[in-house]
Amino acid sequence: MSGKEYRTITDVKGPLVFLNKTEPVSYNEIVQLRLSDGSIKNGQVLDTSDDQVIVQVFEGTASVDRQTGVKFLGDVFKLPVSKGLIGRILDGAGRPRDGGPEIVADDMADIIGAAINPYSRQSPESFIQTGISAIDACTSLVRGQKLPIFSASGLPHNDIALQIARQAKLVGSDDDFVVVFCAMGITAEEYNFFVHDLERTGALENAALFVNLADDPAVERLITPRLALTAAEYLAFEHDYHVLVIYTDMTNYCESLRQIGAAREEVPGRRGYPGYMYTDLAMLYERAGLVKGKKGSITQFPILTMPGDDITHPIPDLSGYITEGQIVISRELHQKGIYPPINVLPSLSRLMNAGIGPGKTREDHKSVSDQLYAAYAQGKELRGLVAIVGEDALNERDLQLLKFADIFEDKFLRQSRDEDRSIDEGTLDLAWNLLSNIDTKYLVRLDQKWIDKYHPGEKKGEEE
Amino acid sequence: MSTENGVIYRISGPVVTATGIAPRMYEVVRVGNEGLMGEVIELHGEQSVIQVYEETSGIEPGEPVIRTGQTLSVQLGPGLLTQIYDGIQRPLPKLEETMGVFITRGVDADGLDLTKEWEFVPTVKVGDELSAGHVIGTVQETETIEHRVMVPPGKEGVVKTIESGSFNITQTVCKLEDGSEIAMMQEWPVRHPRPFVQKYAPDVPLMTGQRILDFLFPLAKGGTAGIPGPFGSGKTVTQQQLAKWSDAQIVVYIGCGERGNEMTEVLDEFPHLIDPNTNKPLMNRTVMIANTSNMPVAAREASVYTGVTIAEYFRDMGYNVALMADSTSRWAEAMREISSRLEEMPGEEGYPAYLSSRLAEFYERAGRVETLSGEDGSVSVIGAVSPPGGDISEPVSQGTLRIVKVFWGLDAGLARQRHFPAINWLSSYSLYPQALDQWYRDNIATDFPEVRTEISTLLQIEAELQEIVQLVGSDALPIDQQLTLEVARMIREFFLQQNAFHDVDTYSDLKLQYDMAKAILNFQEEGKKAIAGGAQLEDVVNVPARTDLMRGRFEEGYDGRIEGLVAEMSKQIAASMEEN
Repeated sequence: MSGKEYRTITDVKGPLVFLNKTEPVSYNEIVQLRLSDGSIKNGQVLDTSDDQVIVQVFEGTASVDRQTGVKFLGDVFKLPVSKGLIGRILDGAGRPRDGGPEIVADDMADIIGAAINPYSRQSPESFIQTGISAIDACTSLVRGQKLPIFSASGLPHNDIALQIARQAKLVGSDDDFVVVFCAMGITAEEYNFFVHDLERTGALENAALFVNLADDPAVERLITPRLALTAAEYLAFEHDYHVLVIYTDMTNYCESLRQIGAAREEVPGRRGYPGYMYTDLAMLYERAGLVKGKKGSITQFPILTMPGDDITHPIPDLSGYITEGQIVISRELHQKGIYPPINVLPSLSRLMNAGIGPGKTREDHKSVSDQLYAAYAQGKELRGLVAIVGEDALNERDLQLLKFADIFEDKFLRQSRDEDRSIDEGTLDLAWNLLSNIDTKYLVRLDQKWIDKYHPGEKKGEEE
Repeated sequence: MSTENGVIYRISGPVVTATGIAPRMYEVVRVGNEGLMGEVIELHGEQSVIQVYEETSGIEPGEPVIRTGQTLSVQLGPGLLTQIYDGIQRPLPKLEETMGVFITRGVDADGLDLTKEWEFVPTVKVGDELSAGHVIGTVQETETIEHRVMVPPGKEGVVKTIESGSFNITQTVCKLEDGSEIAMMQEWPVRHPRPFVQKYAPDVPLMTGQRILDFLFPLAKGGTAGIPGPFGSGKTVTQQQLAKWSDAQIVVYIGCGERGNEMTEVLDEFPHLIDPNTNKPLMNRTVMIANTSNMPVAAREASVYTGVTIAEYFRDMGYNVALMADSTSRWAEAMREISSRLEEMPGEEGYPAYLSSRLAEFYERAGRVETLSGEDGSVSVIGAVSPPGGDISEPVSQGTLRIVKVFWGLDAGLARQRHFPAINWLSSYSLYPQALDQWYRDNIATDFPEVRTEISTLLQIEAELQEIVQLVGSDALPIDQQLTLEVARMIREFFLQQNAFHDVDTYSDLKLQYDMAKAILNFQEEGKKAIAGGAQLEDVVNVPARTDLMRGRFEEGYDGRIEGLVAEMSKQIAASMEEN
């Protein structure tokens, strides 16, 4: 099938090449273009018929002319996979970028990936301690979850992602995580930041990196996360690793998707993004989880920057409908100098209830978390009121809640970049300490039995 | 049946164009060397446009396309209950057996087990005259559900022979004088509603055990409801609560384009849940359809029809069926995706112009009907809607709201305050109360409608008072209005909030709901009296018995104790007046 080279390009439009050809070409087949100067570009078939084939060129169509030779390679895009991927840095198309040798493949894996049969999945329920109080207490992460970080430009989402990558562990288990890191269109500076940090902590040896930088071809970004997830699936389901996939920045990925859609003159959906963006994103995000009979797992941390801090923008919006919650970074907290500036109110972990409680974290976790939310939400709301009527108009309960909101931000949210808090003493006990600033009678979300057992002022001492 | 062969001309994602065949619209065809299942959705000159229910990577022009002569149909018969299907009725456990944990393609699977034998008990005898829909016998399909085997639509005649004993679902159990044979299994094309005699007006509520739904915004058996809400506002939990606790006899749950892990949670949880009405596992009455967001988009489009056809089949047996579709927005997006591949002229926001008529057709398949055999059966449809950005002015929400009679509006603000279910009591509505009021008076309490009105009026007043409080603080209000605020707060925290994850609080029967509502009104009345008699608002609000009354709902046997708790509260409030 391969071997034959066509020189029948009719049109070139943006990243797309249209050509007439003679033999049947299959959908999604991989294509090689040989330019007149001998250089090689790669592409993939987007549309095929008896008359015309449309090819998307990953490296962009600069210098492509009607003389360019087009070769169909008779196969869909595959990634060579092996345990040797760990510790390597590859480019956005899966070629070594670290000067090392080619990956010796144990297998060639189709990068599109097949859907996991919902019946074959296993429910995620192992709590991952990130050592960050805001996440552990309020939006607890479990193994097999996909929990994006909704951020915006100028906010420290990278620091948070790295801190999670460094500190994530299962309580009472020695299982380590392997990190698969996928960069899509980030700057060289950001990339260096990631690599240096991974190097500094020794995590690089336990990581596989797929890197497409801001000056790398935009269309290539469409395959980079698929390569990363294919590697993650192989490591998790063939070699029992627990894989943490961090990819940044999903916004750049979606921009590339829009670029292709526009070049194909497709009918655009909201804000020009293609109508199939939901399905396309789902094909990435849904490659997280656990399956029956396999030890490994895939946990995803996609990072996306919300254009204009707008959570209703199609990218965060569609992501939120697929992922199991979100961690929202707040500009307001960041400007107050609080790190990590996680706004717990719009943040959410949908799998939290499965991962916390007796035997997993602690029996009082759910109550404490509900109480923190309620008290902080009310305290924050009161700030608005105080701005209008002043503190004098508040009753005692409201005053306590107002004060609590400040303490919560200053003591509970705020922690240093290398502070690794344990869930019980570090996070939940701290929460009790802070909640003791509020009169017990206002703590209506807490069960009496937990107040008796954990409240620093009301503790009934050890029974028995 | 024609088996003429064509060839693939063009492939673009899930849409394949073939030449050389002349199929009918919506005919099922086999595409490519692997025989992928597809459905004809457009005829265009020599070309037939096909949506393919499986991944199309690696398929080439020139591969064969074969007609089957059939339209997309489901197999109906014993074995549906407890089953978990994908969008085109392939059982997921079966797919796991044949292709492992990842769904690959080109695998066929029957919707029903054709070899399993069921104990068939006839209910007709030789010489009986039968018409379509007539029940000819029964099979105990699960512990709780009796499957009624019916004469398929279009058949009628006089019974010549009727069998009794163990049969598989394709064996003939009944022969008619005209020679036609009836087996336990029948097939039905999913895009056609199953026939019935007439539709009735719904006048019995579908009880769900969810206080805000049953009490303030009830759904009737055979009715339609829409639940729009932004992500994270609790749509899926609400749908799952309905699937768990609604008093329908059969539940069909369609996970349409949703999260895999969430489906797994449902699949893990349901077999362990006990139906409060029968004390048997809920799974016994449930059929599930799971087509997650990353499974083929054309099968997602079909999943909704597959589900509603199964629901109608059980309705025809005389059952009350509840159908949950989570989420209809994903279904609409599947239509949009396929429409754009067809290069159709788009309507609003890229959705096809026929979006609202498709939505209407779907919801119209709900209803309480007189079945062909004269029974009373119903299909209630509850559709979740996921509007982008939570803005319900978009086409899917609007198309849904034009049709459904009940609107349960989820609210991100409430969800953020951890007020669950996060259903906004000000924007939600139900058009059924008028039709249902007589039923409430006869079965729960004669003043039920009045109590409901009082509760919702209080909430309305609270909203108005809150606007003032926002400006001047609550201390500036007169004391009776402050009491009203406290009463409204009690409605919100004690009555409307309900913890889906709490063993006891997760379900309240209608009588208990009524008692709780009365308890709130009782507090209001006693509080007014005490304050008029000189009591401080603080003392009235803080009587310990009120806390006991409110916390009591988390304990077993609350329905038996609530009366005593209310009496104690009244006593203490009255006492607070004397202290002053």
